[in-house]
Amino acid sequence: MSRSKNNTPQGVSRRTILKTGATAAVVASSPMFFMRNAWAQEFRNDPSKQSTVTFGFNVPQTGPYADEGADELRAYKLAVKHLNGEGDGGMINTMQPSSLKGNGILGKKVQFVTGDTQTKSDAARASAQRMIQRDGVTMFTGGSSSGVAIACQSLAQELGVIYMCGLTHSNDTTGKDKRRYGFRHFFNAYMSGRALGPVLKEEYGTDRRAYHLTADYTWGWTQEESMKNTTEELGWTTARTVRTPVGAGDYSQYLTQVLSSDADVLILNHYGNDMVNSLTQAVNFGMRDRSVNGKNFEIVVPLFSRLMAQGAGNAIKGILGSTNWNWSLQDAGSLAFVKSFGAEYGAPPSQAAHTCYVQTLLYANACEMAGTFYPPEVIKTLEGFKFDGMGNGPTEYRADDHQCFKDVLVVRGAEDPTNQFDLLDVVKEVPRSQVEYDPSIFGGELGPYKV
Amino acid sequence: MNMSARAKIQTTPAKDWILFIAFSIVILTMPLWTMPIGASYPALLQKFAIYGIFAIGFNILFGLTGYLSFGHAAFLGVGSYAAVWSFKLFTMNAIPAVIFGVIFSGLLAYLVGFICLRRTGIYFSILTLAFAQMCYRLAYSVLTPITNGETGLQLSGGDPRIIDRMFFEASPGLPSPRLFGYELGGYAGFYFCAVMMIITFFIAMRITRSPFGMKLKAIRSNQNRMNYIGFHTRPYTQMAFVISGMFAGLAGALLAVTDPLAGAERMTWTASGEVVLMTILGGVGTLIGPVLGAGAIKYFENIFSAFNENLLHNTFAILPDGLENIVVSAISPFVGNGWHLTLGLIFMAVVIFLPGGFMEGITRIQRYIDRKRNGSVDSKTENEKEPNHG
Repeated sequence: MSRSKNNTPQGVSRRTILKTGATAAVVASSPMFFMRNAWAQEFRNDPSKQSTVTFGFNVPQTGPYADEGADELRAYKLAVKHLNGEGDGGMINTMQPSSLKGNGILGKKVQFVTGDTQTKSDAARASAQRMIQRDGVTMFTGGSSSGVAIACQSLAQELGVIYMCGLTHSNDTTGKDKRRYGFRHFFNAYMSGRALGPVLKEEYGTDRRAYHLTADYTWGWTQEESMKNTTEELGWTTARTVRTPVGAGDYSQYLTQVLSSDADVLILNHYGNDMVNSLTQAVNFGMRDRSVNGKNFEIVVPLFSRLMAQGAGNAIKGILGSTNWNWSLQDAGSLAFVKSFGAEYGAPPSQAAHTCYVQTLLYANACEMAGTFYPPEVIKTLEGFKFDGMGNGPTEYRADDHQCFKDVLVVRGAEDPTNQFDLLDVVKEVPRSQVEYDPSIFGGELGPYKV
Repeated sequence: MNMSARAKIQTTPAKDWILFIAFSIVILTMPLWTMPIGASYPALLQKFAIYGIFAIGFNILFGLTGYLSFGHAAFLGVGSYAAVWSFKLFTMNAIPAVIFGVIFSGLLAYLVGFICLRRTGIYFSILTLAFAQMCYRLAYSVLTPITNGETGLQLSGGDPRIIDRMFFEASPGLPSPRLFGYELGGYAGFYFCAVMMIITFFIAMRITRSPFGMKLKAIRSNQNRMNYIGFHTRPYTQMAFVISGMFAGLAGALLAVTDPLAGAERMTWTASGEVVLMTILGGVGTLIGPVLGAGAIKYFENIFSAFNENLLHNTFAILPDGLENIVVSAISPFVGNGWHLTLGLIFMAVVIFLPGGFMEGITRIQRYIDRKRNGSVDSKTENEKEPNHG
């Protein structure tokens, strides 16, 4: 308009210009009145005007969980490939029900940006803000720490962009800190406790004295609480619970205290490099050769992963723990995923990689099903979504707390591994019914759909 | 020293006003000129402003008195915690949060300064470092009920927010920090921080030019001589320490205002070291230098760390394939999670070639241009290493 004003020839009056201007304004704004619905659905980083949709992969590339982060990133890249119809399609072929067509999402090619969480809440949020504000991501995902996941999840709620949690095991993620815009496929500490209980009873009896070493943050706290409750229900007693800082490296000062106590079981509520260090040091202290109260001294690691088993080497042999998924599972989904991951990277995927891959596909599928990227609609599609063929058997995203419910694996460190990746033996597949709980026990509130 | 060089070092109130106005304009137009370097998004702009404040405050202590504190992150952390508690207990308004942040960090700074300032040099640095680590460990362990440990302190729906509740009902979902009805997210948050930064810059400038600032500089050049002529220096260093701690608290509170979450990791010794790096990188003792240094470090942390191989391949796609792969594999260790490496190299280069930081580089360029214009070379200006305090 200003342009036409500049070029106004002498003969045209001011009045004409004003009139034309007013008409133009009315014409330009009329779609707003008629397309009310489109107006209402305006949301942050709406990709509908672009030919691509961008995901943000926010994983720890440095810090104590860096190994997990690297594997998560591999899985994300593979998921993007499969979504765009490249490679062999992996779990897209086994997922049921699936609306994915292998041509991106809603016809849009999937792109991604990456970031480093440094396993710190501040850095993770800064990185996520960059993805959302500058790179325009429609969904972000990742994290290998519950502290980070909870921080990212509340950012997701504030900014109205869906966050699909990566590896996070704390009860709080879908408990007291749950959010409408956050979803967790991974299992949690409560389920670990429930699943491990019967096996511990079978293996170690009902008269034991447990000593806890716990990573000092949300995941460790809830893990310790869940394990304590489970073991005390079996009749065990708790000698002491000690909190250790994340990334401590040297645990000898804590382990000597274990030696001088009357405990006969050590429960290591540690993860990642922390667990590799504490377990290796505990074994080097000769703990497993001791006998206390007339029983063999045992070590339990409630949350296990193959990557950690790899790091801990021989120390892992015979140790009991639980895991979300293991690459040795023989169902169609796991086989397809392990095959395409192995072909791409030459090593089987970890449980962190599995959950991240599945989360990306689940989000993509929900968008296809909802027919839109509009977050409230996508959220409603994911809530209560039941699916199969993703490696864990029949699974449900519970609507009340955005937690997935599925079978849990109890595993043991392999006594004599046949190859460098075959480090965990599955002891028991604990059925979903045994690990289910009432969502109200942890409190929390999901918050509104529309922000 | 020739006349033109002397005129440069001399500062006049008029020149200060020009500097101040130019600074304000540059800061307020930041969303525009950071566009080409990919930094123009609210979260990073907020960080530029906030860490700029942190560095300006740190420079009041380190740049003027020469006391190198290795524990300033503790004040930043306390500022954040105080602000988040103000959000939780009283109101989501940012003003009380900022005031509480400044007060509490000021109190802590008084206490820490009272003990640490009895020593100078390396002993002072070690003492402050010890205090900061102590605060960090406390936040992590025994103070968990106040700090929520490693998870970090967050808002929750069940917070009392007494003052807010007196005026209106709680809305569903979590509230966000506001300034009398204006939400302080995105660019509004940046402008709030930018205005705070301009105010702190003004205060820092007034302090530097005041008799008080002159005494601080005298303490740096020779504290013994000050004592011999009958000057009791402790109150002055104590004052500088508290002011600088309060600036750090303000920065911490602003971090909480723009993103209502406070974590103990803000208080680690690496965070304390970061502000030292910022100040040295930009130019110790200069007014603008610390702001430049803070910007540079935050830029590296947020932008360089996000480069991945895909992006590099896209950038160098015009090169022939073989060459492209070589270039990408040569550059990739320095970007992405290798951004620390690049920062380290730049830091080394600055310390070796420009001991006065970026500001020395700017002063040198200025002099070079001046010489070209005047056509005369004065060997004395060449040897002048003292950074321009302006």
